[in-house]
Amino acid sequence: MKNTLAITAVIFTLAFVSLPVVWSDSDFRWGELDEYKHRSSGVAAAIDPVYQEECGSCHMAYSPGLLPSSSWMKLMSGLENHFGDNAELDAETQKSVTTFLLSNSADRSDYRRSQKFSRSIQNDNVPIRISETPYFRHEHDEIPGRMVTGNPEVKSFSHCNACHTKAEQGLFNEHDVRIPGFGKWDD
Amino acid sequence: MKTPYLIFMLLISTQINPAQAENNTVTTLLQTYASLGATEASAAQGKQLWRKVFLSNSEYSERSCASCHTEDLTAPGKHIKTGKSIKPMASSVNPERLSDKKKVEKWFKRNCKWTMGRECTAQEKASFLLYLNN
Repeated sequence: MKNTLAITAVIFTLAFVSLPVVWSDSDFRWGELDEYKHRSSGVAAAIDPVYQEECGSCHMAYSPGLLPSSSWMKLMSGLENHFGDNAELDAETQKSVTTFLLSNSADRSDYRRSQKFSRSIQNDNVPIRISETPYFRHEHDEIPGRMVTGNPEVKSFSHCNACHTKAEQGLFNEHDVRIPGFGKWDD
Repeated sequence: MKTPYLIFMLLISTQINPAQAENNTVTTLLQTYASLGATEASAAQGKQLWRKVFLSNSEYSERSCASCHTEDLTAPGKHIKTGKSIKPMASSVNPERLSDKKKVEKWFKRNCKWTMGRECTAQEKASFLLYLNN
């Protein structure tokens, strides 16, 4: 008699626990979990073809979610001297690239890391280098110079994908870091 | 009798030179540059300009086209600052090159300004095209 009661209790408990899953009609997919993980730890990848072509020809196409709108606006208004390079665009392309950057900028993104970039920047501060944002500096402050600026295979903090192997997909997790000549980074 | 013969020979000769016959973009651009005064352009002049070193008083004080594209047009280049790989310039190994007028003009503008500190003249651009289109 006791056994029957216990079994009944187990069955009821299981049924109760699985009820929300059955009810919600949700087909669990691993892809969704990846998407969730990405949103909670990464930034959106740069997916615009015009942006890829115009900016990604010379350097990694940095995700728009790495800088807030004010920064992108400042950067786009000075393309004739773009960190020492000439990166002028015709009016139509300029408009298209600017629209893409602004509508996906860090302050408008729901990706967790983008929000951290955005929140770290004070109102009167408009950095145009991602590596000059407080959040970037905080995240890289333990890395010795010899691994980056003094490393001929990296040279600069601007070269995200030299160490962040999944940078172009917007993923900057620590376990994806491989510093050329040094290997994994573990702090 | 002589004129049809000449036309025939002309047609044959364009067939023999596929680079010239296939690349309408280059032909159109060369015509434009000619109308702007590029009357003495040549591949030899293009090659010389490609390797010529220009001085700048900011970062990378010695600049030439070869700084990023190398002196071998059939080999890939590398952006001097970002290290990003650049596909070969010669249209013989990279048919994508010199096939889009807008693109050619865009890169002339950007890269002449970086390398020489000014825009290229029509003659210089025509010489570069003749040098690269092989």
